[in-house]
Amino acid sequence: MACSCCENQFDDLTQYISGVFDPEHPQSSLISILHHAQERYGYLSKDVIEHIAQVTEVPAAEIYGVVTFYSLFKTKPQGKHRISVCMGTACYIRGGAKILEALEDMLDIKPGETTEDMLFTLSETRCIGACGLAPIMTVDDKVYGRVEPEQVKGIIAEWREKAEKV
Amino acid sequence: MKRKIIVCSGSACIDPGGKRLEPELRRILGDKNAFDLVEIEEAVCYGHCGSCPMIVVEPEGTFYGELNSEKLARIIDEHIIGGQPVEALLATQPMDTSRIRMLGSADFFGKQLRITLRNCGIIDPESFDDYLQMRGYEALAKVLEQMTPEQVISEVEKSGMRGRGGGGYPTGLKWRQSTGHDEEKSFVICNADEGDPGAFMDRSAIEGDPFCILEGMTIGGYAIGATQGYVYVRAEYPLAIKRLRYAIDEARKRGLLGKSIFGTNFNFDIDIRLGAGAFVCGEETALIASIEGRRGMPRPRPPYPAQSGLWGYPTLINNVETWANVPAIFLNGADWFAGIGTEKSKGTKVFALAGKIKNTGLVEVPMGTTLREIIYDIGGGIKNDKKFKAVQTGGPSGGCIPEQFLDTPVDYESLMKAGSIMGSGGMIVMDEDTCMVDVAKFFLTFTQDESCGKCTPCREGTKRLLEILTRITEGKGVPEDLQKLEHLGKTVKRASLCGLGQSAPNPILSTLQNFREEYEAHINEKRCPAGVCSALLNYYVDPDKCVGCTLCAKVCPVKCISGEPKKTHVIDTSICIKCGECKKKCPVKAIYRK
Repeated sequence: MACSCCENQFDDLTQYISGVFDPEHPQSSLISILHHAQERYGYLSKDVIEHIAQVTEVPAAEIYGVVTFYSLFKTKPQGKHRISVCMGTACYIRGGAKILEALEDMLDIKPGETTEDMLFTLSETRCIGACGLAPIMTVDDKVYGRVEPEQVKGIIAEWREKAEKV
Repeated sequence: MKRKIIVCSGSACIDPGGKRLEPELRRILGDKNAFDLVEIEEAVCYGHCGSCPMIVVEPEGTFYGELNSEKLARIIDEHIIGGQPVEALLATQPMDTSRIRMLGSADFFGKQLRITLRNCGIIDPESFDDYLQMRGYEALAKVLEQMTPEQVISEVEKSGMRGRGGGGYPTGLKWRQSTGHDEEKSFVICNADEGDPGAFMDRSAIEGDPFCILEGMTIGGYAIGATQGYVYVRAEYPLAIKRLRYAIDEARKRGLLGKSIFGTNFNFDIDIRLGAGAFVCGEETALIASIEGRRGMPRPRPPYPAQSGLWGYPTLINNVETWANVPAIFLNGADWFAGIGTEKSKGTKVFALAGKIKNTGLVEVPMGTTLREIIYDIGGGIKNDKKFKAVQTGGPSGGCIPEQFLDTPVDYESLMKAGSIMGSGGMIVMDEDTCMVDVAKFFLTFTQDESCGKCTPCREGTKRLLEILTRITEGKGVPEDLQKLEHLGKTVKRASLCGLGQSAPNPILSTLQNFREEYEAHINEKRCPAGVCSALLNYYVDPDKCVGCTLCAKVCPVKCISGEPKKTHVIDTSICIKCGECKKKCPVKAIYRK
């Protein structure tokens, strides 16, 4: 059984699960639940996964298998802002790799890693389908199109400044 | 006269800073007190993304491209207030840079025929009434009132349509195989897990007209006797998901989804299922596993989903584009549809044209149009007037088609003969600056990363193939590597469990076939002809630009740069470790790689 503190902490999640749960196919809503939980808590911690396992009665090992299969699910805390560089074909042909290189140099992290101050997580993303703007990078939901490696510094500075103000 | 300004709100037209044109337009209209003169409407991607951001002024249909605040202000002053279209700001034809007066007269649209995208850019995707006005749900009404399921299936068979997801399996046959099973339930699925990098047909089709996909699925549900449908869509497409949700909610409210549709005893509903970033889920059995909430791994076929699919019940899976075509077939008749295209490939196909091309965008052409027509007449040719090298179709499952095959008509069989596949519709144009070995490596990196790991040929084979390619691009390749690539590539193709592995070696095999000399240059001469593979490039000082400031010599960690102050410096390429520090440091950009 979950302890009482966890129950409170995950009330919202429990409520969401009861809304989408299909008793005939208990596992079928798992991916929706995981999306919701990640949006709510930032990443899928061991506690979150175990809680979902208890409520849905799907074994935690099974859920863990699903979480690690899909690249959008994260099991580690993420930085405040997500920087993604599109690695689709059109972006690659138009120099996406150089944008990524410039970001790696600037932030001193590799894709999948988070800066020490927990401000930025860098990732490569699959094609986001805005190939007319290639090459593309995004910071959270903001899209930067036709990016030149020289512009990267300015973009990062802009977000750093924003974060300092808050 | 009240004019209408239609603002394109496709992904490419959103200003690179993330800003939309529309608020700016409203601000200027407010400043000039001109609100009463116009109505503003948002439309989804016209597909002419090379001219973005753009607007169209109705009723003239005047097409303005590459806009900014100043240009908008001028259009409002002269056209909206003054009544005279602004000649100087009209969008241009890419080939001869002449001005395009009306949107429809652009060369870009001239060779196109829009069936799948018939409503995209015309209706407001968040207005159900707009869709109804474009004969929306007329096809479903006709099917439910006048046709038996058997007649519906024969009509689809007669149309000759083949699956638009890439495989080209006859759609009518797939429908027929999904019926006649003694099961209590069956399902309909729309595969919107558009994973090929560089492909955005499905995203644009859903964002532009989510309704016709739902109508198509409902017709499919009636034909095979299903009561539940699912749209499996990538989580990376938030706008498409939002618009699908809207369309489903509205259809339910109006009794076009749910119980007794159109007052008949036919019940059918549709739900959305989200992907979570796994390319292999585009494969039908993997997609079904993912909807069931499991790891998205494919399983051997047969049994095909048509016999045993979702939770073991018969399941009819079609791609977004296929579903979008269904209502059009019933509106205009199977004979009309069968009259478009070539003998074996009927109808039209949507391509996402991108890469080193002037007009990036979405194009829909009748089957049988040649690659040359698409790339030059519609796409406007190569950017910066570089030389064409290859066009890549079919994404990571396809191949690169060289210049001598440019007159290949676009249909399933001809593309296969040219060493590629139709695929889902990504079309990436490459110029002389693209290294074909690097492109093959790019696709293999993708498929190797996305291989689910279930079967050995794909899991191990793609890894070894990638290792060999990497070795070649680093200048460590040996002549036997080419035979190894061919032999292993063919093995992976034959022995893999699903489409991912069976097609993963295609980018290598097709470039080996058509661009073997580039591989040989990498291996034998340790040279990258396109100047892409960094390990094979050397740093040089341009004597015309060098001012002799000595900064490069100071920063070089291996002291391979020599030269006296105020005199041209020289890099000793035999010692250079290619760290690139000198290039970064040089204040006059005199250091280059070649």
